[in-house]
Amino acid sequence: MDFLLVQFLNGLASASSLFLVASGLSIIFGVSRIVNFAHGSFYMLGAYVAWTLTRGLDWVAFGHLGFWGGILIAAVVVGLLGVIVEILLLRRIYQAPELFQLLATFGVVLIVQDATLWIWGAQDLLGPRAPGMRGAIDIMGQRFPQYEMLLIVIGPAVLGLLWLLFHRTRWGTLVRAATLDREMVAALGVDQKLLFTSIFFLGSFLAALGGGLQLPREPVQLNMDLAIIADAFVVVVVGGMGSVGGAYLAALLIAELQAFMLFVPDFALFGVTVSISKMTLIPSFLVMAVVLVVRPYGLLGRPPSHARIAGAVEPVVRATPAELKWLGYAALALLVVLPFFVGDYGLIVATEILIMVLVAASLHFMMGPGGMASFGHAAYFGLGAYGAALMTKHLMAPMAVGLAAGPLLAGLFGILFGWFCVRLSGVYLAMLTLAFAQIVWSIAFQWVAMTGGDNGLLGIWPDSWATGKDVYYYLTLALCVAGVLVLRRMIYAPFGYALRAGRDSPLRAEAIGIDVVRVQWAAFTVAAVFAGLAGALFVYFKGSVFPTYASIPKSVDALMMVLMGGVQTITGPLIGAVVYMGLHEQLVRLTELWRLVLGASIIALVLAFPQGIAGFVVRLWLKGKAEDL
Amino acid sequence: MLDVKGLHTYYGRAHILADVALSVAKGEVVVLLGRNGAGKSTTMKSIMGLVPARAGVIRFLDQDITGRESHAIARMGLGYVPEDRRIFAELTVMENLEVGRQKPREGAPTWTAERLFAIFPNLAEMRDRPGGRMSGGEQQMLTIARTLMGNPRAILLDEPSEGLAPVIVEQMANTIKALKSEGLTVVLSEQNLHFAHLVADRAYIIEKGRIRYTGTMGELAANDSVRAQYLSV
Repeated sequence: MDFLLVQFLNGLASASSLFLVASGLSIIFGVSRIVNFAHGSFYMLGAYVAWTLTRGLDWVAFGHLGFWGGILIAAVVVGLLGVIVEILLLRRIYQAPELFQLLATFGVVLIVQDATLWIWGAQDLLGPRAPGMRGAIDIMGQRFPQYEMLLIVIGPAVLGLLWLLFHRTRWGTLVRAATLDREMVAALGVDQKLLFTSIFFLGSFLAALGGGLQLPREPVQLNMDLAIIADAFVVVVVGGMGSVGGAYLAALLIAELQAFMLFVPDFALFGVTVSISKMTLIPSFLVMAVVLVVRPYGLLGRPPSHARIAGAVEPVVRATPAELKWLGYAALALLVVLPFFVGDYGLIVATEILIMVLVAASLHFMMGPGGMASFGHAAYFGLGAYGAALMTKHLMAPMAVGLAAGPLLAGLFGILFGWFCVRLSGVYLAMLTLAFAQIVWSIAFQWVAMTGGDNGLLGIWPDSWATGKDVYYYLTLALCVAGVLVLRRMIYAPFGYALRAGRDSPLRAEAIGIDVVRVQWAAFTVAAVFAGLAGALFVYFKGSVFPTYASIPKSVDALMMVLMGGVQTITGPLIGAVVYMGLHEQLVRLTELWRLVLGASIIALVLAFPQGIAGFVVRLWLKGKAEDL
Repeated sequence: MLDVKGLHTYYGRAHILADVALSVAKGEVVVLLGRNGAGKSTTMKSIMGLVPARAGVIRFLDQDITGRESHAIARMGLGYVPEDRRIFAELTVMENLEVGRQKPREGAPTWTAERLFAIFPNLAEMRDRPGGRMSGGEQQMLTIARTLMGNPRAILLDEPSEGLAPVIVEQMANTIKALKSEGLTVVLSEQNLHFAHLVADRAYIIEKGRIRYTGTMGELAANDSVRAQYLSV
């Protein structure tokens, strides 16, 4: 009984930490409609800066003031950093499509990662314990750390302060009004620039405060940013985007479930040990699944207002021009004869690019014609990879079985996750796909008995007939070209028409008898299957599989390829994949700071070509044509 | 006070306003008459900077405000009351008013919440009610009161009588007359000719994005053919 109480208190403490981060994210989204990927980076920076400041101030013998002051100052510093990011970057892209905003903030994530590595190094840093709070108190015979007790208080205290700020000050009233109708607030004479900048300060401040307060609890490390952002996304989606109270409720639910899950005993499934108590992301998943079925916009959320200015009309997908078709045939011919001209290294690069082309084409299928932006496409790539690898590793199956099992597993999860995802749209859908991808990642990472955890599964090679680099290249070429052609065919088939109709006008599509949700669900699954095929091909190509195959950066890679090429051209993503993979390959070889360069490139790209490269070329071409006339 | 010349506005490729011109003097109540989709709301949104004007010049208080941001235009003392009301549904009546509040302005009537409650007595009884839980007529009153909290020199009123019960329409007409007597300049858009006659000094008739007729309300009343051509349903 007393043990249960302590567990409950542990949950409360974790809920506070989670709430601080998630509330900032939620507030920023509520006003600016920007899903700030860099929020996790601010959390991480809050911890790092606080680590430096608490040590620095301690030397000057500030004692208590050094610790608490250090955390507060760090939060202010990071808050100001948030202001700089808002003014220099986000202010320019408030009108851009949501995905570009997400991408731009991911560019910030990459830059912060390298900057942090460069300043603080790769070592985990141990923070100081809180002065005066090193002991534990006695709760019904159980010892409970004082610091955790403080955290329990901080969460509701911050919630209360935020409530006062939003309901008892003019600034708060304006912010709430702007959350509901930005245009009207402007028409009443309120300068939104100041409002947005101040809200970014508050949000980043809260993230950094959450990070700083973790100092006595866990070491400061470089992967804090992406670890927390997935949790924070789940909390925000569950609580309702823009709702601070909802964020606390959701944080509480998830943290308590996590705390009590430690009691679920291990059990065996098909002879493999399943240890739910180690899979900490499962409760988030369960809560999210249940909440989204019952309340699609979160516990305290509202459906997004449709007051925003009508978005750009998607261009019509036209038949492929004859020139482009011939270009395609020529490219294919070139690929067929490639092994006669390049060595093994060239073939390895070409094989990898071909696989990525299939990934890009599958993502484009759901994003372009489907209108469903996925921020977690790597999940299906990873599932395909694990599906194949597990077949070979645990069942000694031949490669052909693995190549079928990969897409099958990805497709099954596509059916499961897709069922939830197609019920949402826009940025909500993107966040949900990301959360699902994190779940896949965490299963791969935490279910060590089955997947080998972080060490991955090694030694998964093709059957003896396909071990030659050229043979495997041809196999990949055949399967990837077939996959791309099938996807293309579907876009021009009645299924593709129905999909596009559902994207452009769900109501009208429903009215002429298209079951939009079902069509989208099918498209989601198709995209998952082909991403899974790519993943399976990738496993036998690399000989191994790791959780990183399903990680956020991989998902962003896929997105970059599609967006670089342009979402609304069919050929674009193929070109995007080739260009992006080439760029990536070169960057990693050229510089240690490739994340920084890549992040900066992503940001530059978003600022320069909101239509993508292919879209940009098409525009130039059309312009040239118009001038000819 | 407000001068619009050669205003052209587009939504994408659709040409909505063509060469719209209007001129409003201080203290006047001017009505923009026209059928649904004639371009009344777009004219107001263009003046307010909510929809970009492709060509033309908009002058307010002898300053060129074309292309300025909405909040800057509102800060100069031009108030805007949208046709769909756009009350902040989760904010209380008092909070809605607070969002509209600006500093007192020289040469314009100064409003406080209490003064506005004297004009809109219904609102006084529901200070803490969320905007989303008010009737259409109450919301219409609140949206006007909210704009007045900015102490404007002139206001753009987009279809204030739309969807209101006849009794409330009557009340609305009295309110506008009261505002005029305070010295406020009013531009309103209407489909309801009867309502326009109750409050306005002059009228512009707009159709398919072009100004077709301009004259005093008396002249319009005498001109059967214009009324038949542009205003009858």
